[in-house]
Amino acid sequence: MKIVVCMKQVPAGTKVDIDPETGTMKRLTSETRTNPYDLFALEAALQIREKTGGTVTVLTMGPAQAESMMRDAYAMGADEAVILSDRKFAGADVLSTSYTLYQGIKVLGGADLIICGKQTTDGDTAQVGPAIAEHMHIPHAAWVAGIEDVDEKAVCVRQKLGRVTQVSRIPFPCLITVDKDSCVPRLPSYLLKKATRDKEVRVLGFADLPNQDLTRYGLIGSPTTVERMFAPPEREKQVYIEGDAQEKADALFAILTEKKII
Amino acid sequence: MAYPYKKMDESDFAYIRSVTADDRVWVGEEIEKEYYRDEMPEYGVYPPELYVEVIDKEEVSAIMAYAYEKNIPVVCRGAGTGLAGGATCKYGGIMLSVMRMNRIFPVDHKNQTITAQPGALLLDIQAAAAAEGLFYPPDPGEKTASIGGNVITNAGGMKAVRYGLTRDFVRCIEAVLPDGSIMNFSSNVVKNTTGYAVKDLIIGSEGTLCILTEVTLKLLPAPTCSCTLVMPFASLEACADMVPKVLELPFVPTAIEFLERELIDIVERTLNKQFPVKQGEAVLIVMYDASSRQELDSAVEAAAEAALANGAYDCCIADTPERAGTVWEVRGGILEGMKADSVSQEECDVVVPRSQIAGYVKAAKRIALSHGIRVEPCGHCGDGNIHTEMLRDASMSDEEWKSATHACLKELYALSKELGGQLSGEHGIGNGRLEFLEEFVGPRMIRLYKAIKLAFDDRLILNPGKVVEFNKEK
Repeated sequence: MKIVVCMKQVPAGTKVDIDPETGTMKRLTSETRTNPYDLFALEAALQIREKTGGTVTVLTMGPAQAESMMRDAYAMGADEAVILSDRKFAGADVLSTSYTLYQGIKVLGGADLIICGKQTTDGDTAQVGPAIAEHMHIPHAAWVAGIEDVDEKAVCVRQKLGRVTQVSRIPFPCLITVDKDSCVPRLPSYLLKKATRDKEVRVLGFADLPNQDLTRYGLIGSPTTVERMFAPPEREKQVYIEGDAQEKADALFAILTEKKII
Repeated sequence: MAYPYKKMDESDFAYIRSVTADDRVWVGEEIEKEYYRDEMPEYGVYPPELYVEVIDKEEVSAIMAYAYEKNIPVVCRGAGTGLAGGATCKYGGIMLSVMRMNRIFPVDHKNQTITAQPGALLLDIQAAAAAEGLFYPPDPGEKTASIGGNVITNAGGMKAVRYGLTRDFVRCIEAVLPDGSIMNFSSNVVKNTTGYAVKDLIIGSEGTLCILTEVTLKLLPAPTCSCTLVMPFASLEACADMVPKVLELPFVPTAIEFLERELIDIVERTLNKQFPVKQGEAVLIVMYDASSRQELDSAVEAAAEAALANGAYDCCIADTPERAGTVWEVRGGILEGMKADSVSQEECDVVVPRSQIAGYVKAAKRIALSHGIRVEPCGHCGDGNIHTEMLRDASMSDEEWKSATHACLKELYALSKELGGQLSGEHGIGNGRLEFLEEFVGPRMIRLYKAIKLAFDDRLILNPGKVVEFNKEK
């Protein structure tokens, strides 16, 4: 079983610096971390490997600084780490990012199962995973809330799709994107960290990819133009319910029912 | 005066209303049942005769002066999160809630302090300090506790290993004495050798000496980064043996806790919170704070190497707030988890010298087993404060449970004393541990406690029957 996990380094915290000129995110100015959803993807991959055997390769597209994220993945138990890094990849939208990752997976000789986080906490599109599957012409399931079962031939996943929960068995090769809280990601191990201190993190550039058509990569390969990007205002709306305990409980019950929370 | 106290009547109710307000006074059956007890109903459920919510120190003073004159007992109550049966009206009388006195004053940057009224919540104090880039370290698990309650019980918590207790952060106190006089104990100064250190006596007095109306707290610069390590071991004893090794390192840990797998399983099962480390029959959790990434990395590496050298299976690194959150959420869910997993609980809050932690843990398990009780030692092993949780299974009768826990506690306290420990590390005596106190500290010490109590409260009207008991003798 060959599993590839796609990961991304994102700005740490919830505050994001946006370049007012270009409308793109300033990445190098703030501290970074692994996209939290991707840790759930890696944990899911490691749990599957424990069951079926095989290898887990983590793959990212990004600047050389992504190495720290890849070393963290090694300390969690990944077998191989690959960074797709080239100036030609810069400024990529969903289409060219997913295409670049697809090309990277091709270089790795394909995969039985590709796992992505549901979305990133900076771009928030939740489209890169499914787009990779489309490039590869393989089935995919997004918003996976849990892995029900896995064997040599297929993975059985539970998706939470609004009001419906769907359980599907998908034959390999396939791609899934996992939601957070689908499991609890394990912590990096000091033993593994030490053991992989000198282990290579492979870096692939444009020249290493099979398709050398420049118009598929980076800003040139991106039909999406971002008009404006801004951090959403923090929600601060508070409702105060007045009255005695009984009245307050009734009012709260009415609100929760109306919002379909209960 | 004192016992028997005056039974309150309409004229008393009318007077309290006249010095406060009609809509802040409740009497008899109108009083909500939650004010009959604290978080441990096992330590007594007592209905107050009158419940009043005060809004300033003048009201507190007026009520105390009246109660002093009429011989009515008064119990001050904060958020009611105590674990010793402390804030309960054991002899009836007035329950005086300070929860409406919850103002937090702006941070005093020149003195690096914050001043608050007693009803302010601990989490709001911590947030107010953090908003100014400062840090109020005391961190007992219960964040919805009131700051007044924290001060009056000298709350400890996990971070005591590095930062100390609530007492270490109290600069000065304003309080009302039982006769109604308003007093200031110390002032916003760093040093003070003016007379007896009465301020420090009040801290931890469990509401038996005076009613706190304002407190000024010391703040520290906030650490910029932190990391939590989880070291899985083969047994709880092996975890305990690791504690002195961590303390020997040239880095001061912020917290050292231990957890047995059985307890982790309880929290996972009852609260559906998964622990991120599956290895080990027990884990030692070590947290470091630092002001630079480099300092933090050095501490983490030294601790991890020490763990491996002392038999840990690995050392797992929770280096982000999310990762640390998955560890501390399970740790924080222990009390709730145990409540869900057993019919009732009894807790032993002993503190032993750090060198004796392993010895205590081993003996405690043996003692509990000999009385047929399920026991879960856990908690703040970095400071020797081992919370020995006793759990009652459904099969035990009331009588069996009562006699078994009583016998077990007696032996555990004797063990703690033998090892050079104390009866309670942070939860206090209150009503719950009163019966064990005299045997532990001896009659001469009890006389001293009583003399102190009388110096503040000569008519024994403030939280009577807690920490020291006179009333039944009279």
